[in-house]
Formats: sequence, C-alpha cells, structure tokens
Amino acid sequence: MGQVKSLADLRKIKESLQEKMSLREKSNNPESLVQVRVAMATCGIASGAKQVMDFFMEEFDKRNIQAVVTQTGCMGYCFAEPTVEVTLPGQEPIVFGYVDSKKADDIIEKYVKNGELVDGIIPVNYQTIEKK
Amino acid sequence: MMKDFAMHLMDIVQNSISAGADLIEVLIRESVKDDTLTLTIIDNGKGIPSDLLEKVTDPYITSRTTRKVGLGLPLLKQHAESTGGYLKILSTEGNGTKVIGNFGLTHFDRQPLGDISGTIVLLAAANVKIRFVYEHITDAGEFKFDTKEVNEMLEGMSISEAQVMKFLKEMINENLKEIKISG
Repeated sequence: MGQVKSLADLRKIKESLQEKMSLREKSNNPESLVQVRVAMATCGIASGAKQVMDFFMEEFDKRNIQAVVTQTGCMGYCFAEPTVEVTLPGQEPIVFGYVDSKKADDIIEKYVKNGELVDGIIPVNYQTIEKK
Repeated sequence: MMKDFAMHLMDIVQNSISAGADLIEVLIRESVKDDTLTLTIIDNGKGIPSDLLEKVTDPYITSRTTRKVGLGLPLLKQHAESTGGYLKILSTEGNGTKVIGNFGLTHFDRQPLGDISGTIVLLAAANVKIRFVYEHITDAGEFKFDTKEVNEMLEGMSISEAQVMKFLKEMINENLKEIKISG
C-alpha cells in the first residue's frame, strides 16, 4: 500500500518543473501565446466541453506548445457545442464548432501549428464599414 | 441532461464565476444513515435579487442576453427531485449565493458522481484568480482541498501547469478513495 499523496509531495513536482520552465521562458516571449477559450455553459458541458478542455490542456503540454486554455460562457451557438475560440498571436479570434477530441487534434495540428483552417468554423457577424 | 454530478458542478460554478465571485466553496456530504447526498455550492458573488430568486429554476428565466433559456439550475432541480430530494437556493443581493442540492444517495435515478477531481482542478486552472475550496465528507472521514494552500505551496508557479494539474487530480482521487466516496 502506497502512501496517499498530500500537498507536501507537490514540492518535488514544483522543483523539477521549475528547471524545465526556466529553459522554456528564455526561448519564448509571452506575446507568442496561443489562446484557447472553451465555451462552458450548460449547453457546452452537456455536450462534452470538459473532455475537450482536458484534451487541449494535456496536448499543448505534450506537444510543447505554449498556450493559455480558459473557459468562457455560452456564445449563443448552442447548436454547435462544444465550441472553442482560438486566438493565434496577432490574429482575429476564430470560433470552431462541433469540437471533439479528434477535431481538437485537427485544430492543434493544422490551425495552431500551420495556420491552416479546418471544418466547422462559425462565421462571425459581418462588420459594416459604417460601424468603423 | 447532465450525466453526472461533476457536470452539474461545472455548470453551477460557472454561475458563481459570472457573478464575480473570488471564493467558491463546494461541499459534498454523503450519509449512508440518512441515505442522502448533498451538494452545496457557496460563492461570494453579487447574489441574486429577491424578485429573480423565485424564478431562477424556471428554464425560461436567465440573466444572460445571448439566449433566452437557462437550464443549469432547472436541470439540477429536476435531478434532485427525481431522487426524492430537493433544490434550495439562498441568496441576498451583494452577499453571494448558496445552492443546496439534496439527493437520495442510493436512489435509482441518482446519477454517479463522475470526475469530481478533474472538474475541480480544471476550474481552478482555468480561473487562477478564484479561490476554490472543496470539501467531501463521508461516514468514513473527510477531505478538504483549498487552492489557497496549493498556491502557497507553489510559490508563484501556476496551478494550470499540466504536471501540477495531473498531480492534484491524483492527490484528490487518492484521498477520496481513502474516505470511501460512493460512485
């Protein structure tokens, strides 16, 4: 029987991580972060948004991509849940619908890595010239 | 339809986050003797005005503007009542909100607890500025998890680091196993 983990064990993880992180931070500047926002309202949760968010968090770490994954509310696209808004550095955010782990994998490999668009984009409303 | 308690939890906590809370407490209490399971979520957000409080479990009432329905609380209420329990919401404007869901522990229609640890850790990682306290009490003992303590231990490192999240999930799961939580 192993001993049950406690917060004290966290210290070891922290120390080993700190070495890794100092290497990482030197090679990257903070503005180059990819931002992913997963819609987490009733509609999103019921269609599996948590699994999608778990997937993004784990895979960004595994594939060594520096990204911030956060949650947002319902954007009104309940029919297309789970929806994910991806903002690449210096670009307009893009909302992807019907995201599962397979689609999330596509998003990371094609859009995040190469800027290539994948199926399921939800078009944003038109912006008229007058508005600007 | 929510498949488990973890999904309800994720959903109701979003209400607290939208209400601007920076302290969210989650308490799950199981009692074999009374055959009850109680899920309590307490936040220090802006609260619910009294005229709205009576109507929040109406699916056609929501404070949001992106759509006209709000199903989070109605679904929780339906689930609670289907197991012989109830949903109670206490709130005063400016003083936060307390949501109490009471369920029949061994009732056939009670959904499983689901991935509670993953949900708590995910919430904490996605909302680093909010302090989450999670307490689980069973007849065999109790477990308390507080992100304030985690952050003190991390000394500036983010709780959303994948390795940290993985560790916290394991830690919570092992401790929950110790106090023999139900499925």
